[in-house]
Amino acid sequence: MIGVLFDGLAYGSLLFLVSLGLSVQMGLMNFVNLAHGAFAMAGGFVCVVAMSRFGVPFLATLPLAFVATAAAGAILERLLYRRLYGASHLDQVLFSIGLTFMSIAAATWIFGASQQPVRLPAFLRGQVHLAGADFGVYRIFLLAVVAALAAALALLLGRTRFGAQVRAAVDDARAARGLGIDVDRVFTTAFALGSGLAGLGGGLGIDVLGLDSAFPLKFMVYFLLVVVVGGAGTLLGPLLAAMILGICDVAGKYYVPELGAFVIYAVMVVLLLAFPAGLLGRRT
Amino acid sequence: MNAAPHLLPSVRWHPAEYALWLVPIACFFLFPGYRVLGSQVFITALFALSLDLVLGYAGILTLGHAAFFGLGAYTAGLLAAHGWGEPLSGLAAAAALAALAGYLVSFLVVRGEDLARLMVTLGIGFLFYEAANRAAGLTGGVDGLPGIAMGKVLGVFSFDLAGDTAYVYSLAVLFVVFVLARRLVASPFGLSLRGIRENRARMPAIGAPVRRRLVAAFTIGAGVAGLAGALLAQTTQFVGLDSLGFGRSADVMIMLVLGGTGRLYGALLGTALFMLAQDYLAGINPVYWQFWLGLLLVAFVFFARGGILGAAETLRRRFSRP
Amino acid sequence: MSNALRTEQLTRRFGALEAVCDVSLALPRGARHALIGPNGAGKTTLINLLTGALPPTSGDVYLGDERITHLRQHPRVKRGLTRTFQINTLFGGLTVLESVLLAILEREGRAAEWRRPVARYAEDVEEAMDLLATLRLADDADRRTATLPYGRQRLVEIALALATRPRILLLDEPAAGIPAAESGEVFGAIADLPPSVTVLFIEHDMGLVFRFAQRITVLAGGRILAEGEPEEIRRDERVRAVYLGREDG
Repeated sequence: MIGVLFDGLAYGSLLFLVSLGLSVQMGLMNFVNLAHGAFAMAGGFVCVVAMSRFGVPFLATLPLAFVATAAAGAILERLLYRRLYGASHLDQVLFSIGLTFMSIAAATWIFGASQQPVRLPAFLRGQVHLAGADFGVYRIFLLAVVAALAAALALLLGRTRFGAQVRAAVDDARAARGLGIDVDRVFTTAFALGSGLAGLGGGLGIDVLGLDSAFPLKFMVYFLLVVVVGGAGTLLGPLLAAMILGICDVAGKYYVPELGAFVIYAVMVVLLLAFPAGLLGRRT
Repeated sequence: MNAAPHLLPSVRWHPAEYALWLVPIACFFLFPGYRVLGSQVFITALFALSLDLVLGYAGILTLGHAAFFGLGAYTAGLLAAHGWGEPLSGLAAAAALAALAGYLVSFLVVRGEDLARLMVTLGIGFLFYEAANRAAGLTGGVDGLPGIAMGKVLGVFSFDLAGDTAYVYSLAVLFVVFVLARRLVASPFGLSLRGIRENRARMPAIGAPVRRRLVAAFTIGAGVAGLAGALLAQTTQFVGLDSLGFGRSADVMIMLVLGGTGRLYGALLGTALFMLAQDYLAGINPVYWQFWLGLLLVAFVFFARGGILGAAETLRRRFSRP
Repeated sequence: MSNALRTEQLTRRFGALEAVCDVSLALPRGARHALIGPNGAGKTTLINLLTGALPPTSGDVYLGDERITHLRQHPRVKRGLTRTFQINTLFGGLTVLESVLLAILEREGRAAEWRRPVARYAEDVEEAMDLLATLRLADDADRRTATLPYGRQRLVEIALALATRPRILLLDEPAAGIPAAESGEVFGAIADLPPSVTVLFIEHDMGLVFRFAQRITVLAGGRILAEGEPEEIRRDERVRAVYLGREDG
């Protein structure tokens, strides 16, 4: 049982890492970005290319993935996303589906459609035996990394000026502008940061979630789910939701495999009905 | 004040509409090799029509509409696979079941915020997909539903490999539903749906029970989608999981939007163009098709919102007003 | 004889902010009652509470003898309580005729019918055209609402409310955004309302207020500052102070 819980937490922590950027986009810019998974996929592919083509060790590819996708995010935000902030949700959905299709097609064309391999460093493989149960070393590593990042982000949001600006802009963008906050720059930076985290998540997740050219569509629901159930625009909300969903999914597949992913969708619908603004969302 | 009714959209058929409906009839004779594709176009157009009622007229943004399409398909398929091969009653049963499902789901969809609503529809879509996947004993799972044997339409026309019966059958169903839909959107109910779409906040202020209307619209849309799915099952004698998948929901939304939402004919036009293009281009290279489709969508959002019919109307207005 | 519309200690808080506090208002049938006050005084919030767009934190709203505090918006409209919006809240893509016709059909309970096309509802169409004629909107009947200039849109806003045949009409700054020359039409329509209709209107234009109001309630900081006949209010020191000597019209 502990094993299942642990696996669920590890899975959930990956979901959280990737979904954080989406939470910012949906909460801060009110943008439905179905293409967010594509950024995660891109990060994963950066790791794969760096490892296989340039022989970079796995751990070193992770910061590369972060930087590359953050840069891509910043560019796309400036050029394209920014123009659709006020657009209808339908337009945003169409746009992001279009981007997703383009990214999947590009990935299939360059890398083919099969699963990408990852070579984990030796010290991250295998299992550890603790308190009568076996825990995967890599999953412990995952949890540690995400926990550290989450703490760092909480500090960023809570203690830095940038964080205060983000919180102000989430609360009321117009008022924030009126206070002299360069909301445009905040948006770009937040978008880039979120995309970078997604790319990092994509790289970290190659071993746990897998990576193929269909990744954006396969996992799109999960990321959206985490954000909307947890409450867009918050940090803690998606964290909570990701953990719940991660555990439910793993537990569901373990204890009631006949139902499979059905559990996660059913849980999502129930949670959305009980908390239409998200578990920790704020609405008037 | 007798001039007034002329200021409202006319219900009489415009000559261009007669011409338009003659095209598929002509194609039956002009392109005999394309009858199977033709029936597929009609079926998908019917599906797109159902989405137009929900999205184009009622303004409900849904990413899970294929759930009802698939439900209708499996219903009709299962009926036929278990001995009930009569087509028309199969259609009716499928549409009724899909409408019921739509009615139940609608209560989840009409409440709640924009984003939550979108997610609920997405989740419902995936829920149905997973359910069908898991119930492989019933649905055939990944392999699809086998053993569908259809009886004769109206006791006379049997389904043949050349697709003749399928073509006429699906065109007829599409036409009948279209006529009804045309009536619906010209009616007070249709007007109230447009009112909800145009300004949801104003509707309660003129005494309109918004949720009730949306439930009705969603139910009807689900029923028609189920009808389309049933047609697919009956004409191809096969039902697969892809009839429920997100891909189908996304594709039909793209077709509708490209043709132009809220105009009924947009659904037909968008579907025809999309499927003909897809048949031609995806056959050459599916990766290219996906990429260029994605690019088209991105360009569309920036330059051509309103779809083909929307652009046509803008042009018409610009040239007609002095 | 009970009042047409009455509130009892109506209060609405948003967190620590008291938008409306302990407002007790009574409107007899046929009243022409103005609600004035500086910006942010809570006037629109009060209207929202009265129409059911916003639930109160505490207090009650009565329509005649019926307690409607927790009734939703559209049942209130069905009971004859209608409002207009401060900012035009219209059906941009519908034509003027379609918009007004929709309101009439809703009122008559025919808006759920689907068998006949809208054009065949001759009586309702005629009523719509007559209403448009009284507001001099007949020529714009087939124009999409979004294409109209703001002033004409404001008239459509009024038309929508009148189409519901209200017994109690709440007008949120009806003349807002209309050049003074055209506001005559708006207030002409209001003045033409049958005497049995109760009217509560928010206005900043003091000329219009003193011309049409029989009683005035002054709201400031969410509370009632003063209430009485126009002359009393004009002379009230506290009211003057709150407006800082501002005199319009």
